[in-house]
Amino acid sequence: MIGASLQVVSPSLRPFGTFSTVLRRELQLAYRRPADLLNPLFFFAVVTSLFPIAVSPLPDVLALIGPGVIWIAALLAALLPLSTHYAHDYEDGTLEQYLLSGQSLVAICIAKTVALWLVAGLPLVLASLVVSGSYGLAPSTFAVMSITLAGGSYALCALGAVAAALTVGVQRASAMIALLVLPLMVPVLIFGTRAISMAATNLPAKGPIYLVLAVTLLAALLSPIATAAALRISME
Amino acid sequence: MHLLRVSGAFVTQFLFEVRKVSVQRGQRILLSDFDLQVAPHDVVHLVGPNGCGKTSLMRVMAGLVSPASGDVAWCGVALPSGRAAFHQNLAWLGHQVGLKADLTLRENIEFDNALRRQHENPLIDEIMEALAIDHRSTVLARGLSAGQRRRVALARVLLSDAQLWLLDEPFANLDTSGVDFVLSLISEHSAKGGACVFAAHQQLAMKDTPVRRLQWGQGTE
Repeated sequence: MIGASLQVVSPSLRPFGTFSTVLRRELQLAYRRPADLLNPLFFFAVVTSLFPIAVSPLPDVLALIGPGVIWIAALLAALLPLSTHYAHDYEDGTLEQYLLSGQSLVAICIAKTVALWLVAGLPLVLASLVVSGSYGLAPSTFAVMSITLAGGSYALCALGAVAAALTVGVQRASAMIALLVLPLMVPVLIFGTRAISMAATNLPAKGPIYLVLAVTLLAALLSPIATAAALRISME
Repeated sequence: MHLLRVSGAFVTQFLFEVRKVSVQRGQRILLSDFDLQVAPHDVVHLVGPNGCGKTSLMRVMAGLVSPASGDVAWCGVALPSGRAAFHQNLAWLGHQVGLKADLTLRENIEFDNALRRQHENPLIDEIMEALAIDHRSTVLARGLSAGQRRRVALARVLLSDAQLWLLDEPFANLDTSGVDFVLSLISEHSAKGGACVFAAHQQLAMKDTPVRRLQWGQGTE
C-alpha cells in the first residue's frame, strides 16, 4: 500500500508557484518544437522583404512605408501561433487538468500568455531591428520601435489569448481569432507606427509610446481574467 | 445537515454529494433528479451502455460542466463556491489523458505533480514502478502505447493524494492484468479512507471491497 490514510486537505492556492511551473513547461515545449518559434519569424522576414519588391525600392518610399509594414507584418506573424495556443491543451486533455488542478486558472493563463510572448513576440521585436535597417530607418528609431513593438506584441498575445480561449473546440478557429483580435489592435497600430514615424523625423515620440504602453497594460491586466472565464465556458 | 471539518478530522457524513442533478447533452435530457452521496471508503460504479450519459455525468460531478439543474457539493459546500477546495481533493481521469507528446513520460508526471503540490513527491519512482512504466520514463510521450498512456494517467491519480477519485472509463485500453491492478488500486484507496466513483460499461467483480452499482439507461447507440 502506498502512502498513509487519506484526509481532506484544506485548500492552498499558490499562484506564483503555479505561474512558474506552467511558464517553465510552456518554454520547455517550445524548445522541443522549434517550428513554433521559427514559423512567425520566417513569415515576418518574407512579408517584409516582399514589400520593397512590390512597392518600390526607392529609399524615400521605403523609409515612409517602413514603420507600417514592419508593424503589420509583426502583428500578422504574431497571430500565427494563437490558433494552437489553447487548442493543443484542449485536444490532449491538459486543459481539463488545468481546470481541475485546484490552482488559480488566472495564474495559468498569465503564464501561458507570457510564454507565448517570449516565444512568438520577443523574437519579432529583435527581427524588426534587423529589418528596419534594410528599410533605411534611422538608428534613432530603434529604441522607439523596440519599446512599442514589445508592448504591442504583448497586447496582441493578451487579446489573442482571450480569442483563442473563446474559440477552443471550434474547427478552423484561426480566421475567427484574426477577426476578433485585429480590430482591437487598431489603436496600438496607430500609436505604434506614429511613434516610429515621429522618431524618424526627430519629433518627441513620448506621447504615442505612452499610449501604446497604456493599452498594453490594460490588455495585460484584463486579459487573464477574461481568458480564464472563456476557458471555463468553452469546456462546457 | 452538514458538519464541517474540525481540527483535521472529518466529521461530516458525506464527502461528496450530487443533489437532484439533471444532465443535458444538446437538447436531450439524459438524466434527471440524480442523487448520489459518497462517504469515505465508498466505491461507486456507474454502469450503462454507450450514450446513456455516464461521461456527461462524470464531467458534471467534476465541476467541468454545470448541471442543467441541481448541484454538486463537496463537504456540504455547493460548487462553484468551494471549487478550489474540491479540486485539490479530486483526482480526475478523463478520456484524454493530458499528456504532452513532446515531453518525456517522467517530465509529464513531474509537471502534474508540481502543479498540484509544492514539493517533489518522493513516491514518483515507486508509483511508476508499480504501474510498470518506469522503464519508459525517458521516452517521449508520443512513443507510448494507448495502454501505457492510460497507466501514466493512473500514476497521476495515485500521486495526487486526493481523497476523491473520479475515473471515467479507467479500464479503457488496459490489458487483463492492468484491469485487475486498477481494481486493486481502487480497493486500496477505499481502505485508506478514500472514495472513488468510476464509470465503466463492463461488469466487474471486486473482492473485499463493497461496490455500489448504479445502472440506468437503454442507450441510443
